[in-house]
Amino acid sequence: MRYKWVYLLISSLVLVPGLFSLFKWGFKPSIDFVGGTLMEITNVQCQDAGVAAKVRQIFSENNVDLGTLQSSGEKTCLLRLKTITSEQNEKIIEVLKKEYPPIQQTRFETVGPILGQELLQKTFIAAILAILGILSYVAYAFKNLKFGVSAILALFHDVLVMVGIFSLLGHFWKVEIDTLFVTAVLTTMSFSVHDTIVVFDRIRETLRKNPGGDFETMTNKAVTETMGRSLNNSLTIVFMLLALLLLGGQTTKFFILALLVGTISGTYSSPFVATPILVLWQKWEERKRKLRG
Amino acid sequence: MRPQRLLLLIIFLTVLSFFIDLPKNYPLKLTLGQFKIDQVISAPDFNFALGSFKISKEIYTHLGLDLQGGTHLILEADMKEIKDQDRNQALDSARSVIERRVNFYGLTEPVVQSAKVGESFRIIVELPGIKEKDRAIAEIGQTAKLEFREWISTQSADFSLNNTKETGITGKDLKRAAIEFDPNDGNPYVAIEFTDEGGKKFSDLTTRLVNQRMPIFLDEKIISDPTVQEPITGGKGRITGQFTTDEAKKLARQLNAGALPVPIKVLEERSVGATLGQESVQKSLRAGALGLGMVMVFMWLYYGSLGFLADVALMIYGLLSLAIFKIIPITLTLPGIAGFILSIGMAVDANILIFERMKEELRSGKQWQIAMELGFGRAWDSIRDANFTTLLTCFILFNPMGWGFLPSFGMVRGFALNLAVGVLLSLFTGIIVTRTLIRVFFKGSWKGFMSSQVQK
Repeated sequence: MRYKWVYLLISSLVLVPGLFSLFKWGFKPSIDFVGGTLMEITNVQCQDAGVAAKVRQIFSENNVDLGTLQSSGEKTCLLRLKTITSEQNEKIIEVLKKEYPPIQQTRFETVGPILGQELLQKTFIAAILAILGILSYVAYAFKNLKFGVSAILALFHDVLVMVGIFSLLGHFWKVEIDTLFVTAVLTTMSFSVHDTIVVFDRIRETLRKNPGGDFETMTNKAVTETMGRSLNNSLTIVFMLLALLLLGGQTTKFFILALLVGTISGTYSSPFVATPILVLWQKWEERKRKLRG
Repeated sequence: MRPQRLLLLIIFLTVLSFFIDLPKNYPLKLTLGQFKIDQVISAPDFNFALGSFKISKEIYTHLGLDLQGGTHLILEADMKEIKDQDRNQALDSARSVIERRVNFYGLTEPVVQSAKVGESFRIIVELPGIKEKDRAIAEIGQTAKLEFREWISTQSADFSLNNTKETGITGKDLKRAAIEFDPNDGNPYVAIEFTDEGGKKFSDLTTRLVNQRMPIFLDEKIISDPTVQEPITGGKGRITGQFTTDEAKKLARQLNAGALPVPIKVLEERSVGATLGQESVQKSLRAGALGLGMVMVFMWLYYGSLGFLADVALMIYGLLSLAIFKIIPITLTLPGIAGFILSIGMAVDANILIFERMKEELRSGKQWQIAMELGFGRAWDSIRDANFTTLLTCFILFNPMGWGFLPSFGMVRGFALNLAVGVLLSLFTGIIVTRTLIRVFFKGSWKGFMSSQVQK
């Protein structure tokens, strides 16, 4: 734990720009959260992959964010997109007609979000409850509140890293936050604590084996001993995710990226965020006790 | 249990899940030298009868909207009796009610959106391609007339609508109903919540009717006749009684059916295709297979034949999970599949923990047999704690008690269920299956295993 400050610096290099971006620019929410336009066009064969790709291309060339594209029946297609004005709509239909002359627009309506404010709030409450549950369990299992709090702080670290990076991606590359991102954050929360507990468990065991040993030395020992396992475990997950990211479909690319960021941060934070917090806290307490005693 | 017996159990489970995993009516054509296989294979259906107890279940993989599409429903809300400025609000709460109904019905990962076209207020519902579609539509689009009434004569044996009078409280005033469980005795009850205006009316009514019965009618049929025990002034109450869980669920569903701020009707119904192209799905599956291959090669290279046994356990994990996804059933969506692939990575974690532990014990000079058992024993503490917290998270997100302040949203619940199944199964395969395989099959030298150690 000699390099506590280095670890802190590495974390802040990622966290600070992310948080800055989050407060300054926020997110770019997808239509899952804000709603948009539902459009139906007929006389075009969207179940054909080539046609679907062409339609998508036309929308992006006209700077319209197309969310999903579904075929419905023989020659009808349902499109979900960001809210557009009727002028924009006319323009895009015109372009589409040039490509597929018989095309006709049969529906054009404004739709609300899939994941509305209320649900988002409730999911947030559930996440907070889960965090409190984890905090109590870890504090109970380790007979020490410090372990629980440090694990949760590492979890916040990982969530903030993800959220920050996606805020930056949103600002510079127009990456949107959608319902999949919510899933990725929830996954990372579980993974982060899972990983931290394995490290903490070793610290607990090392302390038990060497009663009276120096807390910092013991933690160092524990972290070194679990390093092999932590790295191997993350490597297996990173293999999976990299394969999916590089070779998988376009639609899930950013979901996988979010998971990748979460996995790497979750692995990093166990020895390099949760543990230093634990050590600093313990030392601070010891110093306080000495001053008093 | 003796390892040999456990092994038999594991083989049995694996073979069973292999059969369940088989696709429906998949034409299999193979030519292997002189052998020619040409037949349609199919997963078996469950049909058992045990006395009067019968289970009959058709097993098929439930695919989500993104992978196979489903049914697109347009519901129209009748806003005749709603003031102009309240219409958006009414549409929004109608949407929430519909969403609750869809989730109550147990379809995972539907899409429910409000929509406006000119003066028409609509709700769009998309249900993943399910077979019980018609029943779902009937329940989702149902508008029933719900009324809280009072008896005219309590002496009479007439329990029909004729013996009651209006109280002015109808489905419009009810915000929601949900099944909940008493934390003290675990008995189910139905929690009801009123709108602000409805809460006031309900407060007046219950104050007047203390110790009397207050019948509730749905489409002029009585569904419940609770006694008012005390004035309910907070807009929230509960209907208790000797309910079974199913009865309480039914009552909650009936109440919700009537708790619509506006009448709705099904305007249109049609099927829609998958939102993702076949290509994108195939690409992801291929990528997943490649990733899995890399993980397996890594385990084999790094941990030698023990790693190979862990790989076998991993394959068993895959087969078992797919079978469970089919049986429960869990709707598979592309993110779900990605999550599943990720959980494979996590499933290896238990093995890595155990193997690293075994190495340490061996290094400290223990016998192989002892080191192996100690490795499993000592790693258990951290595996238990780590997985318990994950299961706790799943429990809260899945919201099995249907608490109103937690989400009961298809996507979040689907995620939680997926993760929970993954964790429980990985505990089984990572520990029990791997240990049994090692106990039975691992006779070789562990020198190769030791030489793979990380040098400090």
